[in-house]
Amino acid sequence: MAELCDLTAADLASKLRAGETSSTEVTESCLARVEAVDERVRAFLARTPELARERAAAADARIAAGDAPSTAGIPIALKDVLSTKDITTTCGSKILESYVPPFDCTPWARLAAAGSVLLGKTNCDEFAMGSSNENSAFGPVHNPWGLDTVPGGSSGGSAAAVAAGEAVWALGTDTGGSVRQPASLCGVVGLKPTYGLISRYGLIAFASSLDTVGTFTRSVRDAAILLSAIAGSDPMDATSLDRTVDDYAEGMDEGVSGLRVGVVKEAFGEGVQPGVRSSIQSALDRLSDMGASIEEASLPHADYALSAYYLIAPSEASSNLARYDGVRYGLRVPGRDSIEMMARTRGAGFGPEVKRRIMLGTYALSAGYYEAYYGQAQKVRTLIIRDYEKAFESFDVLVSPTSPTTAFRIGERADDPLAMYLSDVFTIPANLAGVPAVSIPSGLDEAGLPVGLQVTAPVLGEALVLRVAHALERELAFDAVPPLVAGLAA
Amino acid sequence: MPVEIDIDHVAKLARLDLTAEEKERLRAQLGLILEYAAKVGEAAAADVPPSAYAIPRANVLRPDEPVPSLSREEVLANAPELEADRFKVPPIAEVG
Repeated sequence: MAELCDLTAADLASKLRAGETSSTEVTESCLARVEAVDERVRAFLARTPELARERAAAADARIAAGDAPSTAGIPIALKDVLSTKDITTTCGSKILESYVPPFDCTPWARLAAAGSVLLGKTNCDEFAMGSSNENSAFGPVHNPWGLDTVPGGSSGGSAAAVAAGEAVWALGTDTGGSVRQPASLCGVVGLKPTYGLISRYGLIAFASSLDTVGTFTRSVRDAAILLSAIAGSDPMDATSLDRTVDDYAEGMDEGVSGLRVGVVKEAFGEGVQPGVRSSIQSALDRLSDMGASIEEASLPHADYALSAYYLIAPSEASSNLARYDGVRYGLRVPGRDSIEMMARTRGAGFGPEVKRRIMLGTYALSAGYYEAYYGQAQKVRTLIIRDYEKAFESFDVLVSPTSPTTAFRIGERADDPLAMYLSDVFTIPANLAGVPAVSIPSGLDEAGLPVGLQVTAPVLGEALVLRVAHALERELAFDAVPPLVAGLAA
Repeated sequence: MPVEIDIDHVAKLARLDLTAEEKERLRAQLGLILEYAAKVGEAAAADVPPSAYAIPRANVLRPDEPVPSLSREEVLANAPELEADRFKVPPIAEVG
């Protein structure tokens, strides 16, 4: 029988309201699961059990008083690039190993005000740069579906925590696929909303024009509930958007009959594993059975998206990460003068992937090269935006695999940055165009590892991606449990 | 062709101390990554305007209302080195 920590937030919320359980019991269930598995999974960089117990007791009081939003009392984990007041926030980097933010990021501030229970901060690739979580300065995360495989990245800890029942849901960030790809590899639901729909205030910046906060949940309904709790404009983030929907779960049950679904043909080329291909194909057959029309769609410039991304993201990163100079916070390595101190601090504090991207971005922005690299990449972004606009004239949503492969072995791609970057080839275009996309599990491959299916809609089409994902989720009835979790019951 | 880059110059611009081994590895890896990334040059015609953001917004203003700021203690709490409530840094210019 499933334990409390394995249930969806929606189920827990109704049990809490019916008095069948308490936030304290749910929180203890999560904390016990963390104790049982996290030495093997390594999803958490910092655990906050005492704070969680305090917040759970407070949530129970609110629920008893009848004054509690639907997220109250539900335990959550936050990726360690999201600032939490008085709780160390490292970004998976040695340079911020002892950094304690003096303020909360807006998404957590909103959840905290609504009575959420924070379990801790999750491991991630350093400064969210990576697709396997192997770039964390504090060691890799292990995928609950196969402990010798990666959970994906960069939000690998958040994805693994939700998959293993260590948290009911979690927040991550998605700059090129860092929510959807780990969700795919860990068999959970990962939503990247429209750029700007969730405030970035307190999200420690990687590539500001692409960064979005996203959700990890065990159901599409939970994604809608969590999004509803944190979306909307924020005076502290000038790029934040007004929300257009009050309750993102409303209309989710309307089904897909009559919807026009485009299958992105560029996402079925070589490099896509046969097990991924067949899982997506059978999901498309089910969509067709449910009354959606399925036709081939094209994003003609998708081939260039990865190139553009690996110029735009490192360029913005090289600028954003200039702030780590050993003066106001973080690591300092002494030097004879300030310049030497800064260079030594950064040389000692950043890991290999972060150095690679800072160098790449610095080069791409330097005099004489700016136009050929960064300038051209910004034009390709325009072409990608136009590709989506054109595709959405003919289709309501687009479908593709989330990633070309299922979880790969730890260490397998560590020495080949380009092979690693290909992991995000189907997720990056949505970041460049700012459109919302969700990854849901579509089944298991022949090795028993989860496959993710991605649904994409036009800007601010969250309700539509959630509706299609919810219909598919019900039809596919994916209920497999990671071997690690199944083993606990035995 | 892998792109040839002047690693020492770029590292200096980035204020990043690199070991000889790191420089060698980066020279090879960045050369290949840039060769791949240079594909963007094939795609975009001269008449395509650049996009800095997917969803551009201009002149975003918020109400000009004073709110409490962080206290001096909070701002200084993470400093690697302090002197008399100020961030302390090594010399920034040679004296004499």
